[in-house]
Amino acid sequence: MGEKLTGAQILVKSLEAEKVSTIFGLPGGQVIPLYNALYDAKFNNILVRHEQAAAHAADGYSRASERAGVCIATSGPGATNLVTGIATAYMDSVPLVAITGQVPVTVLGTDAFQEADIIGGTMSFIKHSLQIHNPNDIPAVIKKAFYIASTGRPGPVLVDLPSNVQTAEGEFVWPRKLALPGYHPDELNNLDKLDEAVSSLEKAKRPVIYAGGGVLRSHASKQLSAIAKQLNAPVVTTLMGKGSLPESHPHVLGMAGMHGTPVSNRALQAADVILAIGTRLSDRTTGSAESFAPKAKIIHIDRDPAEVDKRIVTDIWLIGDAGKILGTLSKALTAKIPERKEWYTFLDKIKKKEPMPQQAFPGAVTPWQVLETLNEVTKGDITLTTEVGQHQMWAAQYFRVEEPNHFITSGGLGAMGFGFPAAMGAHFARPDRPVVCIAGDGSFMMNIQELDTCARYNIPVKVFVFNNSCLGMVRQWQELFYDNRYSSTLYPRDPDFVKIAEGMGASGLRVEKPEQVEGAIEKALKIDGPVVVDFKIPQEACVFPMVPSGGCISDMIFSK
Amino acid sequence: MSSTFSILSQDQPGVLMRIAALIYRRAYNIVSLSVSPTEEDGVSRFTVVVDGEPRICEQVRKQLEKLTEVISVTDLTRDGNAVERYLKLIKVKAPQSSRSDIFQTAEIFRCRVVDLGSSTLTLEVTGAKSKVEACIKALQPFGIVETAGSGQVSVARSGFDEE
Repeated sequence: MGEKLTGAQILVKSLEAEKVSTIFGLPGGQVIPLYNALYDAKFNNILVRHEQAAAHAADGYSRASERAGVCIATSGPGATNLVTGIATAYMDSVPLVAITGQVPVTVLGTDAFQEADIIGGTMSFIKHSLQIHNPNDIPAVIKKAFYIASTGRPGPVLVDLPSNVQTAEGEFVWPRKLALPGYHPDELNNLDKLDEAVSSLEKAKRPVIYAGGGVLRSHASKQLSAIAKQLNAPVVTTLMGKGSLPESHPHVLGMAGMHGTPVSNRALQAADVILAIGTRLSDRTTGSAESFAPKAKIIHIDRDPAEVDKRIVTDIWLIGDAGKILGTLSKALTAKIPERKEWYTFLDKIKKKEPMPQQAFPGAVTPWQVLETLNEVTKGDITLTTEVGQHQMWAAQYFRVEEPNHFITSGGLGAMGFGFPAAMGAHFARPDRPVVCIAGDGSFMMNIQELDTCARYNIPVKVFVFNNSCLGMVRQWQELFYDNRYSSTLYPRDPDFVKIAEGMGASGLRVEKPEQVEGAIEKALKIDGPVVVDFKIPQEACVFPMVPSGGCISDMIFSK
Repeated sequence: MSSTFSILSQDQPGVLMRIAALIYRRAYNIVSLSVSPTEEDGVSRFTVVVDGEPRICEQVRKQLEKLTEVISVTDLTRDGNAVERYLKLIKVKAPQSSRSDIFQTAEIFRCRVVDLGSSTLTLEVTGAKSKVEACIKALQPFGIVETAGSGQVSVARSGFDEE
């Protein structure tokens, strides 16, 4: 017989057994016993100001460290505040373990104070969820939660822990094996069409590699680089695949899609073979499914069989881990690969003829100036997170990412309020690396309360606010497609971000002139602590090129 | 078009909700759903009929496979050869004067009488969907008071080995 412990203590021991280093959370009535046990925990326990930030911070931690992030909230409103974070992690396949308090088992279902059916509430955007009724089950459930979150196609897992289970006594016995008769992610392999893939790739005259976030989740960057070299093929990435190859790599054409580089979009539309790796071929990258890559045979590599033919019907699919499949593919490719002079000449011509369009704003700070200066000052050697909106797309277009997991953004869900707490999480994952969050004034306001968390723990996150006093992306759509009717997008006054930063215990800088940009970036990076830099940018700046929603990716708008 | 899925799953709280939520959220339509324990302890079998073209049904199958508790999903329609049955309980008005006619009709559909009262009787009919529907039509002239039915239940036929 082992030592008798409370359920809460067993949970903490289980998290320690999973080698958790940092958790993010906020206590409440139904997790007081759990927080009592966390008082003695060996890992960092970061107290945030809002549960949504805890979920996003755990997500950012996970994306930067490639280990499951952990967040904790109380029952009811605490749990429902995690929902956006859980959905964000689900859409971007991020391993996340969310632990929620729950009302005691004896009153479940009675609409008790702060009761919410969080398992039911999150069911359609979560990988798995578990509720614990017996303290002795806690170790196995926690082990399952981490295993399910991190393996196969990763995703969020919820553990719902009623408070009476936290106080009940049990034993900590770490299970050796898990009983999961319906979950065998490593058995999901199918290479039946390997020969077909090899022959298509060997015959290809205008191949394009289309790299998605799955390349990062499978740690397949090396194999991607090798296959790009072997095939002598250009590489386009999705937003989530940014950084899967160093963007200074000569093969990389940049991001494709709605706001992609002209050459990436034209390459896809002209390709005869597309090797799509770790991607769900989402509408933001492919444009309309019917018009996408009309001449191409598409080879689709993915971990999740359900992604095959979900949106775009592909010709050849290979199921399994991207790195392993690319390794196998690489060995099977034996034909001599040509120089592809014609193909590269075609692409070079597009690069020259259609560079990234930039509007002129004489005397104003522009988003691309800030991002290009940030590139120069940091040599790209930082972790960059983004909020969601125009600034996110500008960051994707102009900030060069040289390594996997150095660019962290909410791609699938597009959750404003993600980037700043995610930057906090990224700091705890990699305390050695500077973290910059590119934010808009709209997004930053959604979790701005976390400046206080940064100040309390001295988390040196630098928030660069691209302040255009509006909800810029929606404003842009209204300008281009809704007759300049700026319904609910313009803010007639700005919050004073410098004063807010100072009031919260962080530093604040304001940049209004182009000549101040470089100095401000350098200064912000030097300050040992959280900094907000308020870059005033023109409200009229738009993200170009742009493919109208549902259009063909070669039909790009380059200017107003 | 529709597909009948036979789903073997761990018998855990919430599995029914997960299956139903998944089908709903992927914008597919459930025609019929039934669930029961199997011969194996802790394992349930769901029979779910979903409306949709073959490509959509294959998506449903793959999405269902992803549920952690789900052990296997078979598309019985795609695989071609399965026994499909419905069960219906039909309560009909049965004054003395029409009882023998009802019994005759019931006999044709091999119904069983499961309850008899002073003014109604309840018949149990099982079979393929078309047979059950025909039985209800045949009983309508007597006056149907109420009916209750199972969803479709199915198992794959195994056939004989050719040796």
